[in-house]
Amino acid sequence: MTKRTHVSAVVNGDAVDFLTDPGVTLLDALRDELGLTGSKEGCGSGDCGACSVIVDGRLVCSCLMLAAEAEGRRIETIEGMAEGGVLHPLQSKFLEHAALQCGFCTPGILVAAKALLAVNPDPTESETRYWLAGNLCRCTGYDKVIRAVMDAAAEMRQAKVTA
Amino acid sequence: MSDVLDRPATVALKVVGTRPIRPDGADKVTGKATYGADFALPGMLAGRILRSPHAHARIVSIDTRAARALLGVKAVVTAADLPDLASEEIEGGESATNLRDVSLNVLARDKVLYEGHAVVAVAATSAAIAETALRLIVVKYEVLPHVVDVEAAMAPEAPTLHDDMFTQGVEPRPATPSNIAKVNELKRGDLAAGFAAAEVLVEGRYVTAAVHQGYIEPHACLADFSADGQCQVWSSSQGQFVVRTLCAKVLGLKAADIRVIPAEIGGGFGGKTTVYLEPVALALSRQCGAPVKMVMSREEVFRATGPTSATVMTVKLGATRDGKITAAEVVLKYQAGAFEGSPVGAGSMTALACYDVPNFVVTGYDVVTNGPKVAAYRAPGAPMAAFAMESAVDDLARKLGMDPIALREINAVRDGVKAAYGPTYRNIGYVETLEAIRDHPHYAAPLGPNQGRGVAAGFWFNIGGESTVAVNVGDDGTATVITGNPDIGGSRASMAMMAAEVLGLPIEKVRAIVADTASIGFSMVTGGSRTTFATGMAVSQAAEKIVADCKRRAAQLWDVGIELVDWIDGAAVCLDASKDKKDMSLAALATQAGRTGGPIGAQVSLNAQGAGPGFGVHVCDVEVDEETGHVTILRYTAAQDVGKAIHPAYVEGQVQGGVAQGIGWALNEEYIFDRDGRMENAGFLDYRVPVASDLPMIDTVLVEVANPRHPFGAKGVGEVPIVPPLAAVANAVRAAIGVRMTELPMSPPKIRAAMDAR
Amino acid sequence: MPQTEYLAPTTADQAIAALAAAGAAARVLSGGTDLLVQLRAGRLAPGLIIDLKRIPEAIGVRREGGGFVIGASTPGVMLGEHLALREAWPGVVEAAQLIGSTQVQGRASLAGNLCNASPAADSVPALVAADAVCVIVGPNGRREVPALAIAIGPGKTSLAPGEFVLEIRLPAVGARSADAYLRSIPRTEMDIAVVGVGVSLILDGGGSIARARIALGAVGPTVVLSEDAAAAILGSVLDEAALERLDSAARGACRPISDKRGTAEFRTRIAGVLARRAAKIAYERALLRA
Repeated sequence: MTKRTHVSAVVNGDAVDFLTDPGVTLLDALRDELGLTGSKEGCGSGDCGACSVIVDGRLVCSCLMLAAEAEGRRIETIEGMAEGGVLHPLQSKFLEHAALQCGFCTPGILVAAKALLAVNPDPTESETRYWLAGNLCRCTGYDKVIRAVMDAAAEMRQAKVTA
Repeated sequence: MSDVLDRPATVALKVVGTRPIRPDGADKVTGKATYGADFALPGMLAGRILRSPHAHARIVSIDTRAARALLGVKAVVTAADLPDLASEEIEGGESATNLRDVSLNVLARDKVLYEGHAVVAVAATSAAIAETALRLIVVKYEVLPHVVDVEAAMAPEAPTLHDDMFTQGVEPRPATPSNIAKVNELKRGDLAAGFAAAEVLVEGRYVTAAVHQGYIEPHACLADFSADGQCQVWSSSQGQFVVRTLCAKVLGLKAADIRVIPAEIGGGFGGKTTVYLEPVALALSRQCGAPVKMVMSREEVFRATGPTSATVMTVKLGATRDGKITAAEVVLKYQAGAFEGSPVGAGSMTALACYDVPNFVVTGYDVVTNGPKVAAYRAPGAPMAAFAMESAVDDLARKLGMDPIALREINAVRDGVKAAYGPTYRNIGYVETLEAIRDHPHYAAPLGPNQGRGVAAGFWFNIGGESTVAVNVGDDGTATVITGNPDIGGSRASMAMMAAEVLGLPIEKVRAIVADTASIGFSMVTGGSRTTFATGMAVSQAAEKIVADCKRRAAQLWDVGIELVDWIDGAAVCLDASKDKKDMSLAALATQAGRTGGPIGAQVSLNAQGAGPGFGVHVCDVEVDEETGHVTILRYTAAQDVGKAIHPAYVEGQVQGGVAQGIGWALNEEYIFDRDGRMENAGFLDYRVPVASDLPMIDTVLVEVANPRHPFGAKGVGEVPIVPPLAAVANAVRAAIGVRMTELPMSPPKIRAAMDAR
Repeated sequence: MPQTEYLAPTTADQAIAALAAAGAAARVLSGGTDLLVQLRAGRLAPGLIIDLKRIPEAIGVRREGGGFVIGASTPGVMLGEHLALREAWPGVVEAAQLIGSTQVQGRASLAGNLCNASPAADSVPALVAADAVCVIVGPNGRREVPALAIAIGPGKTSLAPGEFVLEIRLPAVGARSADAYLRSIPRTEMDIAVVGVGVSLILDGGGSIARARIALGAVGPTVVLSEDAAAAILGSVLDEAALERLDSAARGACRPISDKRGTAEFRTRIAGVLARRAAKIAYERALLRA
């Protein structure tokens, strides 16, 4: 049998250890080893974005990263987005704007949108659309998704001003 | 009809028509919602499928010995492990399903009919072992000539897929087998006379490519077969009951022995109204006794599921100079894939559904080809037919020098008109929808150079059908709505809203769930735009029953006649002033339920009739890059008669989503086959669905012409919006470049070539 | 069961040694956006995966002698974050950043794009136009080759067994010089280039083009550096006549195939269009740096 690799990483703020086969993707490790099934596999080739996670502050497709590469890395998934049961403004705005239908692409879009607002708190519609071009959604036509992201950005900017 | 509840229009609605947060929303934005691939059981095995590399071949032999011998392999299944079913049609999802075809599709028996056709399935202790096992299986094939193109498949010399297929619908019955499964014809009046009366003719030949539903969630299921023959299936589908029925038939099991638990579904659009993996996973689990999980790769989804038909169509229209269409001749050739059952019937019935035409013939051909068996896709059959018809009508308007909406208004179907497909229209909102676009600021907005505007209309029947719903009241006066319809686009919200409206409760006090096949009665699939209409009708009736029951209980407690109890804002109100009774809320009644007959709840099973047909009219602006042929969608507005929007935000979402799919169909999506009949673009890289940066905001206009057969006036909304966009985009491109694009997708090379040929 | 091991060396020498020891069974992992897709599809089953991203020289952007040294495994997003690089070589950075989505940018590297040796690789025409040099290391030491020399055919590179690209070097950018890259795709994002054109220009004091490098992607088995296209605009101020000559020369340099992404005819035509458009952008940028 293949020798398994030991990986220590920080996932959603918690230290985790797991064993992985060297050819296994981070997505499979998150889902199968760590039970974090919020990240989805829609294509396995980096074309749909449903598996989006943030690794050391940068947005990646977890299907395009080996689990073994996660050694020492800090990983954020959809499961870490709400804090202590309180939804992130993006999550609230997605609900408010009805920006999801089947919801399968939603975790990836939310993680990607969070990464967008971290580098660009005031994106234009066009910037938002291009940033999210790697997140396929087949249900919504993107209209309400884009509105929700921009509305959340506005709310987060406002919260920063008043904080 | 007993299943119709007329609510006086004067009743002010408190919940229906508002935009509450959907009840399943929080779990979907936090990653908690569990889809088909998210379930796990102890001791679970991984199932994988070996698929045909050939488009058409006879299976000479299958040697699985080495695979079975591999350590960790627990089960190996071929068609030999399934009963050899006789040809038998049953009502499946949106259309009839032949059980033998379903069985032959999930595991090929004598022949493989398309690249990707399942041949052998393996379950092993890990996915890696299962994949290794697949490589150890030796299948000997005798490769046969194949045919992909629909017209080539109709030719007499074409390789025949099925030796026992003799064209239905022609007299006399043909003596030789053919790939034309069926010919259907709709006609009215005298076509020759109609064309003779015409002063203007337009004609066109239109071609569309096969396109996939493109749901982001690949098919997935988990099956667990117990030693006594009872089994459970967790599966992502549009109907747990159709999964149960088809698994029972394909495996020869009793329906009551199969419990299908619906997972959250990551998009279906019609493509998850049948089975691919479920019977195979059950067969594997039956063989080894352990639970088996199967998840398709995206490549498998493209090669072996869906898509909808590629088509070749012709339309000939005749009209008078003042714009009255006198005759229409339409021929539709739809590719069905490996087994008969393209949606050409629906295509034929919808082709002229927006038009009051006195003389017409619509001929449809259902043609088998070496490709995956087509599956339902959102208004199955209608978008292609509308592409042909609406392109021709646009040409007619241009030829007549008429505004395209004015031309459509002249020929529009209205209440009392007999539809081309048979029934007489009642309470339709087509003209209102045309007017909504005609009067919209978008329609009059100025255009720049290289820009063009197109309009197109679309029709879909919408269906009703069988649904079961239970509504149970908790001891605190809250209510649970239990349906048998998977929630794809927010139906738990609309179901809860309708129950809340009838019960007089705030939406927060009503929760809706989707139950498994053992926990609720039969319900047809979530499809055909039927759920809000039919299941919603059942919800409303169940809630009405509870209200009636609560009135009876209050009357009993108050010792008054039931006619002296009213139900207002979720409470029983005593109309007998002399009694001086305080209103009794649902909660108060629930706490005393034991004294008035036991738990409060109601179940309704019905077969809903009277679904209102839906019409949409879209306007689209494009800009075409003169040098590259690249089309940019600048602006898009979709108007649709929705009857009554129960949750307007999700109705808008349905419209926007349908438009986006239609734009993809129009511009870039297509199955591309190589010369060996193998799909060349089985992934989201080269099967190009629209991405966020491809689209503008999609404006919607919800026209509400109530359907009196639904308690709140609702009509189905999910399918209509994919019907007009193909032609709306094509008509806009026509206006921008001066060339009629008759072939989809209108990808840049095709547009560039068409511009060169100007 | 195929045995796979994973190794993440922290020096180039360790990587070279591991690669030499494992021989043909080993694969280097740079960004991973191609390798992982091939692994998953079962097209590759390497015995050893050598991850280069923990080698310091392979990651990050450094200034050197007025030019830039880009770690070959640096993800695209880091190129975009490097303001000086973006300022100096906007065409190269834009090309690199057109590869895939935002999330793919978090992984995709120039080395991967070069060594995957796809004729349609977005960054390669831009790197070729920019006169980029690749630093290759391996069992026989270190050598430098022009970016144009990496791919020798679809999926084939000139790298010897045991070699990998460690760095990519971009020259210093003088005044009145600039580059640009444009591609044609059916959608607005997420597609493989149907045609890609990289242009790098140096103008003289009068605004005439003193030097031009024009590289065309997806119009032949490898990226084409067209001297005819360069000659077509040399000495001009990129007037209409020069643009017409450029269009024609670029088309003349094309030897495309027809495939699922575009016809040969379309590719040829678009190569001319994009050459003109990219040259205009590079020219405008160069004027601004006068």
